[in-house]
Amino acid sequence: MSLDKSEVEKIAWLARLAIDEQDIPDYSDELSNILELVERMNSVNTDGISPIAHPLELSARLRTDEVTETNQRDHFQKDAPLIDEGCYLVPKVIE
Amino acid sequence: MHQSTLAQLSAALESKQISSEELTRLYLDRCKKFNESLNCFITINEDEALEKAKQADKQRAENKHTSLTGIPVAQKDIFCTNGIKTSCGSKMLDNFIAPYDATVIEKMNAAGFVTLGKTNMDEFAMGSTNETSFYGPVKNPWDSERVPGGSSGGSASAVAARLSPVATGTDTGGSIRQPASLCGITGLKPTYGRVSRYGMIAFASSLDQGGPMTQTAEDAALMMNVIAGFDERDSTSAEQPIDDYTEKLNDSIEGLKIGLPKEYFSEGLDSNIAKIIEDGIKELEKLGATCKEIELPNTELSIPAYYVVAPAECSSNLSRFDGVRFGYRCDEPKDLSDLYTRSRGEGFGKEVKRRIMIGAYVLSAGYYDAYYLQAQKIRRLIRDDFQNSFKDVDVIAGPTATGTAFKLNEMMDDPVSMYLSDIYTVSVNLAGLPALSMPAGFVNKLPVGMQLIGNYFEESKLLNIAHQFQQATDHHQQIPEGFE
Amino acid sequence: MEWETVIGLEIHAQLATKSKIFSGASTTYGSEPNTQACAVDLGLPGVLPVINKEVVSMAVKFGVAIGAIIPERSVFARKNYFYPDLPKGYQISQFEHPIVSRGNIEIELEDGTTKTVGVTRAHLEEDAGKSMHDGFGDNTGIDLNRAGTPLLEIVSEPDMRNAKEAVAYMKKIHSIVRYLEICDGNMQEGSFRCDANVSVRPKGQKEYGTRAELKNINSFRFVETAINIEVERQIDLIEEGGSVLQETRLYDANKNETRSMRSKEEANDYRYFPDPDLLPIDIEASFIEQIKSELPELPDAKKQRFINDFNLSEYDSGVLTAQKEMADYFETCVKAANGESKLSSNWITGELAASLNKANKDINDSPVSAEMLGGMVKRIKDDTISGKIAKQVFEAMWNAEGDADAIIESKGLKQVTDTGAIEKLVEDVIANSPDQVAQYQAAPEEKQGKLIGYFVGQIMKQSQGKANPKQVNELLKVKLKS
Repeated sequence: MSLDKSEVEKIAWLARLAIDEQDIPDYSDELSNILELVERMNSVNTDGISPIAHPLELSARLRTDEVTETNQRDHFQKDAPLIDEGCYLVPKVIE
Repeated sequence: MHQSTLAQLSAALESKQISSEELTRLYLDRCKKFNESLNCFITINEDEALEKAKQADKQRAENKHTSLTGIPVAQKDIFCTNGIKTSCGSKMLDNFIAPYDATVIEKMNAAGFVTLGKTNMDEFAMGSTNETSFYGPVKNPWDSERVPGGSSGGSASAVAARLSPVATGTDTGGSIRQPASLCGITGLKPTYGRVSRYGMIAFASSLDQGGPMTQTAEDAALMMNVIAGFDERDSTSAEQPIDDYTEKLNDSIEGLKIGLPKEYFSEGLDSNIAKIIEDGIKELEKLGATCKEIELPNTELSIPAYYVVAPAECSSNLSRFDGVRFGYRCDEPKDLSDLYTRSRGEGFGKEVKRRIMIGAYVLSAGYYDAYYLQAQKIRRLIRDDFQNSFKDVDVIAGPTATGTAFKLNEMMDDPVSMYLSDIYTVSVNLAGLPALSMPAGFVNKLPVGMQLIGNYFEESKLLNIAHQFQQATDHHQQIPEGFE
Repeated sequence: MEWETVIGLEIHAQLATKSKIFSGASTTYGSEPNTQACAVDLGLPGVLPVINKEVVSMAVKFGVAIGAIIPERSVFARKNYFYPDLPKGYQISQFEHPIVSRGNIEIELEDGTTKTVGVTRAHLEEDAGKSMHDGFGDNTGIDLNRAGTPLLEIVSEPDMRNAKEAVAYMKKIHSIVRYLEICDGNMQEGSFRCDANVSVRPKGQKEYGTRAELKNINSFRFVETAINIEVERQIDLIEEGGSVLQETRLYDANKNETRSMRSKEEANDYRYFPDPDLLPIDIEASFIEQIKSELPELPDAKKQRFINDFNLSEYDSGVLTAQKEMADYFETCVKAANGESKLSSNWITGELAASLNKANKDINDSPVSAEMLGGMVKRIKDDTISGKIAKQVFEAMWNAEGDADAIIESKGLKQVTDTGAIEKLVEDVIANSPDQVAQYQAAPEEKQGKLIGYFVGQIMKQSQGKANPKQVNELLKVKLKS
């Protein structure tokens, strides 16, 4: 599988990554090479084999419904790039 | 003193031969002196470390200490450390002061360890050379023209150069074992779920596992006693009780059955490395072990499967880095899409972007079954290969890496070659098994590691074998020139 | 052309847990922004989710209540997309393996018949935060308090054929989740909301038309109007030669229109995959059995029991059992009224419901408790007061003047049943009304019934309504004969 320019652009948008126009050919080559490597696994027939969910194949342990967390807003928001009145800010969203 | 192991330092502190403050100053001085050339620390916490060391001395004076209280440690910069910058080797988190401690950090702090600083690493642990770090490559103390391996290269380099007696690492596809091999130290990747992942910045959740990077197997056992165990904050952590990992160190390995996978000794392996590993195995045989050839027929598939599962999980795990709540945010975003794409495009390095894109691609509509599902099925085949082998043998031995340390820039523009060099390590992560790399000799003055792979939760057995090997050999005691 | 509407609903019910689905942060509504968003809810680097047990119990409860299949294994998956109110860049949801599989809901139609609507599945997921578009200048403010609140998304089959059926279905689900006490059902606060998939097709055509998804409709009334408007829009569009786009549309209640949302967005590719941070949930048969044995009586069963045990009409029983609190109120009231069910039902669905409605109050906040109302009904039944006087008593109870007996006592509203006292009243009125007496006595028997009304009226006036009308009538007939 090789990825052309438009596919690279599509994936970059899906992953919300701005990439430079001039880097696209490199990405296209590198990603295509990686996919070629990855496709080696198609050489094996896996019909009837169930995919692994957890290496130890355990199932979930459930937590008791209790409130254990306290308000740490100010502490957490020290890392925030832009806040106002306790809210995180993003450029205006139009719905 | 800086040549001492954890066990020796513990004894020195206990006998008041040295105080924690003196010890910490000694290591901090080395860190500061050598970091310029090795670049193994992103952050050195001088003030906090000395403060903690004084506290440790006080605790020792008041008899409120553990055997490890006051011993310095270097923490991989992937573990969140409350109040200390936690960058994960990325521009994205260059300004991130973690607001909480990872479980591993919490446990080590509780045991009295003194954090010297945060070690350099491949960006978000994605890389095998440490060259993808935003903070520049780490140098291998055995040869400054060479890389230390990755992703836990800073930790490996720091321990090899004795800038810290021990360090933490994380291993998603070999990131503890391969740099341990390339730097001549001991590194243990525990069973998946044995060490809590809480607070360890996720790369690939189903593969990531934290573990010790040390000079000796004994030190790794001492560290495992601190960091291993069930954590209710990590749903994937194992509820199984933990061993006292030092308990079996001195057991004889007489009668131990070692499997040698023929796929690990095939044409891809450098013949000089093969020789070292064969010698190491002979050494184990002298100690009473017996060897037999085994087959791990799906080894070839491990790299392709790994490079589907790991990027898929990483593409999703790294979506939270969007410039809103923490981390890098681009200047003057013109709208929401611009905020996302530029913050992420500018904040992540090239290898991370490659993997995110591969991950997004293999999960996207129409491709999921062919890639992700197929890879998860292959994981089962790989797991079954190991389980079949463990019916006949106690442990599996082989090389950790295909060669010695790469030259700087050797791999930078060839991701596929870099990926292929992980052939002996990634299967273990796909299967969730414990594995250890220990120094086994040198090729052209560069260290070579031997890998031991155990069955689930058999870390004690691996540490026992490595300890016995280290009692009989001195590879692990070698210190690179200029760092003695 | 004749058109047929096809509707499927996706209902989001917030589960009434104390803490969030994957973290120990509180789910309380209405706190200061981001004060209930813990490290896990914020998606800080390194944090991990742990499933809340109560969430699993509640989902299974719902599944069992609608007779659905509960698969042995259920898996959480990540739904990947970028949006500011979604902190991790993915929502933890369920995809291939939901916790509740196929079940059924019975709804009553207006003509009194019933219809079965299929429930395709119900799955668990985490709610997103809230975006606030006003008050932040050129920015949107993000509050993540709601992020991580547990949701049960209940997905119906496209079985409904008009807006009224959709409303009936939504009301039924609302009633069930409240009976089960797994959701507070508060639609203003968004605890219970709904998306509607609406399409039209020519009557008789088998294939479904292209559907539009109407987002976040937060009242029963809006569901009905939003669907009707959308159906009209689609029919007009097709009849004018256009075609319906598969898209998400927002219902604007103020403008009474639906409009396209996020139109710039490309078709979503959510890249679902099993969440590697969470292990599969295994549900044992014994757990399902235990939930089954603890299940409360549900609306359908209660309605039938009310018809059988209390002799209520189908309609009254339906009204009383739609809301569990209402049904409980009724049963308590009947008990306090010594078993008088018909009068209790009339008072609850009549006077009480009207008063609550007028005061914009819920049955839970009724100033007249079920015991109080029952106490009053008892006094009607035992002739202590008449139905007419009871209205005065009810009003006094509503105004917190005490219980029925106290009010009857203090206001002297007790009916006069003392024969001597009534006889005296009767005799006085006869003595004071010679003309009317003469008229009565001269009249043929069939007209006397009407004429006696005058005397009754006078007596009731004299007694301020308290004389027992039955006794008055009987006595009058005897006295006027002589």
